[in-house]
Amino acid sequence: MIKQEVLDQYEPTIGIECHVQLNTKTKLFSGASNDERGKQPNEATSPICFGLPGTLPVLNAKAVELAVRAGKALNAEIAKVSSFDRKHYFYPDLPKGYQITQLDRPTVGNGEITVPVDGREVKVRINRAHLEEDAGKLTHPSGADYSLVDLNRAGTPLLEIVSEADMHSAAEAKAYAQELYLLMKYAGVTLGDLQHGNMRFDVNVSVAKKGAKEWGRRVEVKNINSFRAVERSVQYEVARHIELIEKGEAVKQETRGWDEAKQRTVSQRSKEEAMDYRYFPEPDVPPVVLTDEEIEAIHADMPHLPPHIRGELARLGVDQATAETLILHDALSGSGYVHTVMQVGAKGPDGAAKFTASWLVNRDIKHRQDNPTQQGVPSDDQFIAVYEMSGAKEISSNGVDELLFMLKSDHMLSAREVAEAKGLLQQNDTDAIAVEVGKVLSDPANQKAVTDVKNGEMKAIGFLVGQVMKATGGKTNPAVVSELIREALKK
Amino acid sequence: MSTNNPHHTITIDAIKRRIAGGESVRSIVEEALAKAEKVKDYNPLISVTPEAALKRADELDARLKKGEDLGPLGGVPYVAKDIFLAHGTVATAGSNILKNFDSPYQATAVNRLEAAGAVLIGKANNDAFGNGGSTENSDYGVTKNPYDPARVAGGSSGGSTAAVALGIVPFSIGGDTGGSCRQPASYCGVLGMKPTYGGVSRFGVIPYTTSLDTIGAIANTAEDTAAVFDVMAGQDELDSTTLPERPVSFMPKDNKPGKLRVGIIKQHMREDVVQPEVIKAVNDVAEKLRKLGHEVEEVSLPTLDSSLATYYIVAPAELSSNLLRYDGVKFGHVAEEAKTLQDLYGLTRDQGFNAENKRRIIMGTYVLSSGYIDAYYRKAQTVRTKLINEYAKTFEKYDALIGPVAPTTAFEIGKNTSDPLQMYLEDLMTVGPSLAGLPALSLPAGFDNKGLPIGLHIIGPQKSDALLLAIADQLESAE
Repeated sequence: MIKQEVLDQYEPTIGIECHVQLNTKTKLFSGASNDERGKQPNEATSPICFGLPGTLPVLNAKAVELAVRAGKALNAEIAKVSSFDRKHYFYPDLPKGYQITQLDRPTVGNGEITVPVDGREVKVRINRAHLEEDAGKLTHPSGADYSLVDLNRAGTPLLEIVSEADMHSAAEAKAYAQELYLLMKYAGVTLGDLQHGNMRFDVNVSVAKKGAKEWGRRVEVKNINSFRAVERSVQYEVARHIELIEKGEAVKQETRGWDEAKQRTVSQRSKEEAMDYRYFPEPDVPPVVLTDEEIEAIHADMPHLPPHIRGELARLGVDQATAETLILHDALSGSGYVHTVMQVGAKGPDGAAKFTASWLVNRDIKHRQDNPTQQGVPSDDQFIAVYEMSGAKEISSNGVDELLFMLKSDHMLSAREVAEAKGLLQQNDTDAIAVEVGKVLSDPANQKAVTDVKNGEMKAIGFLVGQVMKATGGKTNPAVVSELIREALKK
Repeated sequence: MSTNNPHHTITIDAIKRRIAGGESVRSIVEEALAKAEKVKDYNPLISVTPEAALKRADELDARLKKGEDLGPLGGVPYVAKDIFLAHGTVATAGSNILKNFDSPYQATAVNRLEAAGAVLIGKANNDAFGNGGSTENSDYGVTKNPYDPARVAGGSSGGSTAAVALGIVPFSIGGDTGGSCRQPASYCGVLGMKPTYGGVSRFGVIPYTTSLDTIGAIANTAEDTAAVFDVMAGQDELDSTTLPERPVSFMPKDNKPGKLRVGIIKQHMREDVVQPEVIKAVNDVAEKLRKLGHEVEEVSLPTLDSSLATYYIVAPAELSSNLLRYDGVKFGHVAEEAKTLQDLYGLTRDQGFNAENKRRIIMGTYVLSSGYIDAYYRKAQTVRTKLINEYAKTFEKYDALIGPVAPTTAFEIGKNTSDPLQMYLEDLMTVGPSLAGLPALSLPAGFDNKGLPIGLHIIGPQKSDALLLAIADQLESAE
């Protein structure tokens, strides 16, 4: 373990390359299915995927559209003319012996995103984002003298987003990865299924003494597919580099992998033997030409993105932490929380949206976890009704929970009707409650408590309130009860 | 049409008239198959598919009986260079590495010819992957010249052109990347044409140089050549490099060209490079053109002097890329004895590719490699742009250009095989239009003192395909 004083002498610098699997029906250059889930090996393929002689790549227009959307989400320049290049190397998961990618003229250029990290904002610049086809998958059965090639993934469309080295801590790296995920998911660019590798991160880490003029040696950790692993791998690498430097040893410039089980990085191949990919322009695919009108049309048709949503939620009085939870939860589980909160904000009285947001985050998330079959969300009208009833003290806070949990199963249910039917409405009629209070106060069983209160022990009020609640089946507003008891016993 | 040909050649029209007169398609196809068998020593075909062809002939005959129109090429037999994928045939590309490649899809060009009623009877011999100018680089033996079997038929589409010159079929289709239809056509005394780049779909055609490959047609007359392009040409969604428009017809009814300005390419008329009879033949045509009312004069295109070098950088570069997929993993030849991945790649490719393939793979890899790519590949592409601009400027003044197709007539088998560079020089005249994506054809234009055919090169600006055929047609009629 490295002492904090030592860690503090160093500044990590991190850049991240993220491969995003695009949400298209078919692959980047062929009509084969882009969905390999549940398929047999080599089932989601076509002759083009196999690189069979005489087949030609044909560009998927939807992939270009999604790249343009991603560019907007990244606040990036969209190239009016972009083109593809061939990147050559031999490997069994690369059927043509080359990958069609974009080197010289990527579709998306310089951009910048603002990443929320621990209550502050970090700006991370984007260098570029380019389209490329993915490779297939190899499996190496242990003990066997063969490997298996599955080309289902070969040719699937990727957008590689390259950041500048603008991050300086594991927390910033993790936050960037998460923000990228949110942006791409909300923009509809990717399905964002991290389990299935819809987004993969390569982190580039180097470490230098604070104030140093040069950057340290850079190490790449490839193929990370969770935000936590991004954070952990950066932490691990930073510590590893610092240890080496403190010992006077050099950091080897290399590529490493992340071992999730052992929570450490492992050396893979040395970057010193740099491969010569012999890039040249892809002659089978004509350049992509986009007009201002086409780009405008794509941008105009996009869903709202997290930065916009954050602003809207803030306007509705939702605090930052709650807002972040709503946004992330929706992305990870398709819960539709944000939409509901916004609708409540649009249709309901002041405070309703904040109430809704708070309830969803603090109450509904756990309820969903505990009740996997109850994945619905109450409707905006239902939330507004409950909020108003709560405001009028017609239901207690427990009552709010019970009611909303019931309403979430059916948007046609009326909040008031269900509350009545389930006996959740609180008695607020002071006179009626006073009668009950009177009964409890005159009950001989409660005389000790009454005496305690009269003698100044206010804690005993709780017992008396409880008795009134019991006698009324919980249907009275405890605050009102408490007040009436105080009044009554002051005399 | 050449009368020196020891073999009897046929036209599309003659076939169609026989069918219209009541002869069965089966009879026509049987005749073609018999002819192929008779001349098999010339080795024009790598494979013949009699069963499939006769089955198809019977299908067509059944439709004829019903009174159906079979299409513009109904019942006409043809062969395709072995780079075309076609159902029921194996496509070897002339190489051992694809000895048994039976594909699940076929070329768009073949589809369209099929839809027009044509009958494929076999696959024609060619230099493996188009790497050659004589068909001596075929892994299935050389194709002999129909005029003199001691000589080459030319390449790389030697088999396709020989098949037409031998009278097996009235037309064939080939690939023309740097002259591969035109040069053998000039050696075999038939008409061979490459269209404007993108004129015919490359889908289902095994590539050589992606940015230069075109699908060519070979026949005995301009009219027949036009008929074949009429069927094949046009946009294809499976090939993004096809042109969005095409001529309504490659030979419209009133195709007589108006008064034209024709340039004789100065750089290709050098007496120290070109056989004297070839120079004379070109000048004779120039005279003929003048008699027909056109203006003909010499024009200089200096960048052409760099065109061969440019071609022999660009072509191997793209070839080396296109051949990477032959690795023993998915299809084609596999070196069964390989124990490691390196060996699988190395042995498979060493065994499957021939010397010329390897030569070009190494050249291509070299010119694309880091440290050399700027000096070679990028420089070559820059010269290519210069050439494109030079042609464009020339075509502002001239409607067409003429010259020889090759420096000599057909050479003896074995003459150039020990000197690859000498072999490359055979492409000297034909690579220019390929680099610039221009249409160009070789028209039979007489014979040399040995009776060997000479071809006239006619080149036009992009999309002037119909004009070139009109000029060829006019010259044919003027004989």
